[in-house]
Amino acid sequence: MIAAMPGLSRSDVEHVAHLARLGLTDDELTLLQGQLNHILEQYAKLAELPTDDIPPTAQTIELENILREDLVIPSLPVEAVLANAPDSAGGYIVVPAILGGE
Amino acid sequence: MVSSAPSSPALERYEAVIGIEVHCQLKTASKMFCGCSNGYADAPNTHVCPVCLGLPGTLPVINRKAVELVLATGVAINAETPPATRWDRKNYFYPDLPKGYQISQYDLPLASNGRLTFETSGGEVTIRITRAHLEEDTAKLIHATDAAGRRVSLVDFNRSGAPLMEIVTEPDVRSAEQARRYAEELQALLRAIGASDADMERGQMRVEANVSLRPRGTEAFGTRVEVKNMNSFRSVERAIAFEIDRQADALDGGEELSQDTRGWNEDRGSTYVMRSKEDSHDYRYFPEPDLPPLRVDRDWLAAIRGQLAELPADRRARYQRDLGLSAYDAAVIVGEPAAASLFEEARSASTDVDAKALANWVTGAYLGLLKTDPDAASRVRPGELADLVRRVTAGELSGTNAKEVFAAHAGDGSSVASIVDARGLRQISDASALGAVIDEVIAANPKAVADHRAGKPALGFLVGQVMKATRGQANAAVVQEAVRTRLDAAPDAAPDGDTAT
Repeated sequence: MIAAMPGLSRSDVEHVAHLARLGLTDDELTLLQGQLNHILEQYAKLAELPTDDIPPTAQTIELENILREDLVIPSLPVEAVLANAPDSAGGYIVVPAILGGE
Repeated sequence: MVSSAPSSPALERYEAVIGIEVHCQLKTASKMFCGCSNGYADAPNTHVCPVCLGLPGTLPVINRKAVELVLATGVAINAETPPATRWDRKNYFYPDLPKGYQISQYDLPLASNGRLTFETSGGEVTIRITRAHLEEDTAKLIHATDAAGRRVSLVDFNRSGAPLMEIVTEPDVRSAEQARRYAEELQALLRAIGASDADMERGQMRVEANVSLRPRGTEAFGTRVEVKNMNSFRSVERAIAFEIDRQADALDGGEELSQDTRGWNEDRGSTYVMRSKEDSHDYRYFPEPDLPPLRVDRDWLAAIRGQLAELPADRRARYQRDLGLSAYDAAVIVGEPAAASLFEEARSASTDVDAKALANWVTGAYLGLLKTDPDAASRVRPGELADLVRRVTAGELSGTNAKEVFAAHAGDGSSVASIVDARGLRQISDASALGAVIDEVIAANPKAVADHRAGKPALGFLVGQVMKATRGQANAAVVQEAVRTRLDAAPDAAPDGDTAT
């Protein structure tokens, strides 16, 4: 039950900010902690509705099985692909070295 | 499940509990959610469009073939297919992921509860497969140093958005050998059904293992370590064997294991920490709103089942049962798709060719050539190989000369018939055709004849003289028999060339 969930702690908010790669000041963290908990309270209100007879719903448009055939169409010219990149070399996009990751 | 014999001393005290995750690139023409070519070995960033570059305002559309390849894999591993599946976003920031999320499948994979059975040195093993799902691959990163000496990463988005299947087992694997055999069998299956080329060296099949130990006789799982960067079947076995020993040593020493991700270093023969638990990701999966759900109806699945190629296990069984091949030959041929198709096509080209003899040529000369000279191996025509084997079986071509003819055929693609004729290699197996030559040799070598009759070893010399006189075209076994019969049965008879049977 969402209604029974404790609110977000300050460290929860810091964690979410880190996941979103947002650098927040102490004041912003305080502000957002309040706003996020307010949003969660609204969900707790919604959770009071009886939904036992409603299946979990991830889509509200009534479409399914929209598929394409396995056909190749032309890609962008490499100049266009690299046009938005701050730096490129030899056809590659160059970014600062990042170790670890996936 | 048969538990195999401990492959290291550590396994006498501990039981290894291993789960395996395999990512494999699906064999489609285009990418998962856009029409860019799936040929990412080409020049960097040449198969890229707004969708796979993650530009705002673009929408993904599912590639039907990619879905069907995962459904076919599900059928092949006896998995269940859910009536409906959906897609989920796996969120993380990394330069190989332009959207900031990967479209994957979280709680409704396209296949679940399957299994794979294979042979090991300890007997037959069945591993339960938890799930197989479809997702998009990431871009390729190359770590380099730029002109200013700055460390940089080079990004190639050709692979970004390519269809990728992830196959996850239950923690059923109990040894490094079982892990290798599972990966080998899965590769054979994926190749047989055409889902993936699954070449580990080329990154088309990436194997990761979760390895933990528990004292024998206990149930609770130990601390799990994820092992990555295993780029061959051999390194899968070596890396897991190393990790089992490393963990056993740590546990014996009363050390606390840490839930790390470790990489395999092939040259050093050891694993190293890539990422500790503290850096583990929080992916915040949620349903992908840009893709409608996918319903797999019974007819669609039945059509896929109907088109499924013969599975490796079935083919091996058939080769042994119907063709009399050894388990080893059957496994070797089925394990290499090029060998399997050569074998099958040679048998179609010449239905009366001796299957065992053909199998020997495929596992020996052909697979040897495939390793040393793949270009030459690609020139071997099934019909020509069948002709070669037929000639050897019929005694028209000696084993030695057949090897020469095979090499010449692979060298420039000329037909077996033309090589045999041009080089005069047609073997004379008809004893009557050899009679005159044998008589000449006997007449010309009275001392050797006398030696033989005196019980001295001179037969080989006489046979050699006949072989020399026929420029190696005579069937040596036939010559030996004919010379022996001629000398023993009728010491003073006039040559009539009809003494051999």
